[in-house]
Amino acid sequence: MRYIGKKLAAMIITLLCISFLVYLAFDLIPGDAALAALGTDATPESLAALREQLGLNRPFLERYLEWLVHFLCGDFGTSYKYHMPVADMIVSKLPITVIMAVISFFMMVVISLPVGIYTAKHSGRRIDRFVMALNQVVMSVPHFFMGILITYLFGMLLKFFTPGGFVSYETDFWGFLSYIIFPCFAIALPKIAMSVKLLRSSCIEESKKDYVRTAYSKGNNTNKVLYRHVLRNAIIPVITLWGMTLADMLVGSIVIEQVFNIPGIGRILLTSISYRDYPVVEAVIVLIAFVVIVTNFVVDVIYQLVDPRISV
Amino acid sequence: MKRKKTYSPNFIMGLVITGAMLLLVLAGFIYTPYDITKMDSTAKLAAPSLKHLMGCDNFGRDIFSRVLKGMGNTFVIAAATVTIGTVGGVIIGAFTGYFGGLLDEVLMRVNDVVFAFPSILLALVFVSIFGTGKYNVIGALGIAFIPSFARIVRGEFIKYREMDYVKSARLAGVGQLRIIFVHILPNAMPVLLSSIMIGFNNAVLAEAGMSYLGIGVQPPSASLGSMLSESQTYLFSAPWYALFPGLMIILMVLGLSLLADAGK
Repeated sequence: MRYIGKKLAAMIITLLCISFLVYLAFDLIPGDAALAALGTDATPESLAALREQLGLNRPFLERYLEWLVHFLCGDFGTSYKYHMPVADMIVSKLPITVIMAVISFFMMVVISLPVGIYTAKHSGRRIDRFVMALNQVVMSVPHFFMGILITYLFGMLLKFFTPGGFVSYETDFWGFLSYIIFPCFAIALPKIAMSVKLLRSSCIEESKKDYVRTAYSKGNNTNKVLYRHVLRNAIIPVITLWGMTLADMLVGSIVIEQVFNIPGIGRILLTSISYRDYPVVEAVIVLIAFVVIVTNFVVDVIYQLVDPRISV
Repeated sequence: MKRKKTYSPNFIMGLVITGAMLLLVLAGFIYTPYDITKMDSTAKLAAPSLKHLMGCDNFGRDIFSRVLKGMGNTFVIAAATVTIGTVGGVIIGAFTGYFGGLLDEVLMRVNDVVFAFPSILLALVFVSIFGTGKYNVIGALGIAFIPSFARIVRGEFIKYREMDYVKSARLAGVGQLRIIFVHILPNAMPVLLSSIMIGFNNAVLAEAGMSYLGIGVQPPSASLGSMLSESQTYLFSAPWYALFPGLMIILMVLGLSLLADAGK
């Protein structure tokens, strides 16, 4: 419990620091909400009046705290360009990004576990060498290029899906899923390669230890030793890796969304950057950072439950 | 101790690939078969041939020349990024690991904050404040890379600071700075070197991703990422346009990761 408390405190401090730094960074940009609302040919008097009205000339800390409180209550500010609440813009998009990350994560676990165990069991054989070579190559492919390759192979040659034919989960959930599965695969593949490699080497490393020999000498067969003894210890570093990749996948989907033409959070972020729509950029960045940091915290806690030896 | 080194096939392959890529990058700085901005309207989306080794893009520009220049850009950005990350990381990691204390606590907390912030998001913040372009990408990625280097170097310094040879150096009256940089740092080199290689790969991938999103190197300059982004429109009619820039990124990363693996 003390461990969780300590981690929780660290997480809250990190969240505060990041929101503060991002708010500060965007505060330093010339131009503010008053200028955005009235345009560049507004008179200084009307600008000053609007600033007064919006409370823009209050001290920085006061404005930050107000923004933070609003942010935590789900009010992310108002878009300069669309004059609508940022929350309304992203509320229907966030699930797309989150669902993509979750599906990719499950793909990674479901594929890498059996492959990793299999190659560890057959290490040194031809099949193992083949999988490892393939692994090394897959790890070097940037995930957006993997997305392009998947579009070409599955979309254009095999016609399993229509490239660019994204449908929202609100209109057709199954259509959405059958499209989303391909970008998820693109996100998952490099991570699958990483975790297969780690699981394999971790299993091999672990089976050299004394307790494994003892287990064999007690008359256990190979499978029993592998699943009951070796895997339980060998999986721990792999779980750490999985924990780190979950956050990666969330952020990675920003890029993959562009490859597959998916109107998710990443699209909003990129168009807002090009329109200099700062409230949106600020809100989306802080939101993604929050999701990533909270995910890392949950992973830390789960990790501690899996391996009670870890305590900081 | 067996001192005679036999090189693994992976190491040799990594060496060959990395060497070839370096040659191409160097060649690209000196010479490209065509001007990278020269448009040939008769050769739009031309297939690879002896005249255009990798074909032509939608404006009729030679892809091979653009790939060479793009690799050069990627290489320069990745090298600059890793340099910032390493120098910053070594300085922070060395001092915090060696001295410990309050400074260590504070800097490591800051480190954790930056580390928790995904590097592509940091880059996006940079770009939305300072605008797009090569130097902003370098700055953003460089800062994002400092924490991981700092963490590794700090770990090494904590390991070595209580060793006998360091203690005896201290007793002999060697200055702190000299102990840090002359006595301990060389011992941290093997670990640092392999993380530099991995860092370089991450920088290549991050740069490619950013220019794919259109926030890195700006046209008409060539970059592998933005070529891939353009090529997507013509993916069906001209798959080679996507294939070659992508292949070059893969080879750059693959070569170094084989080397880094063999170094362990």
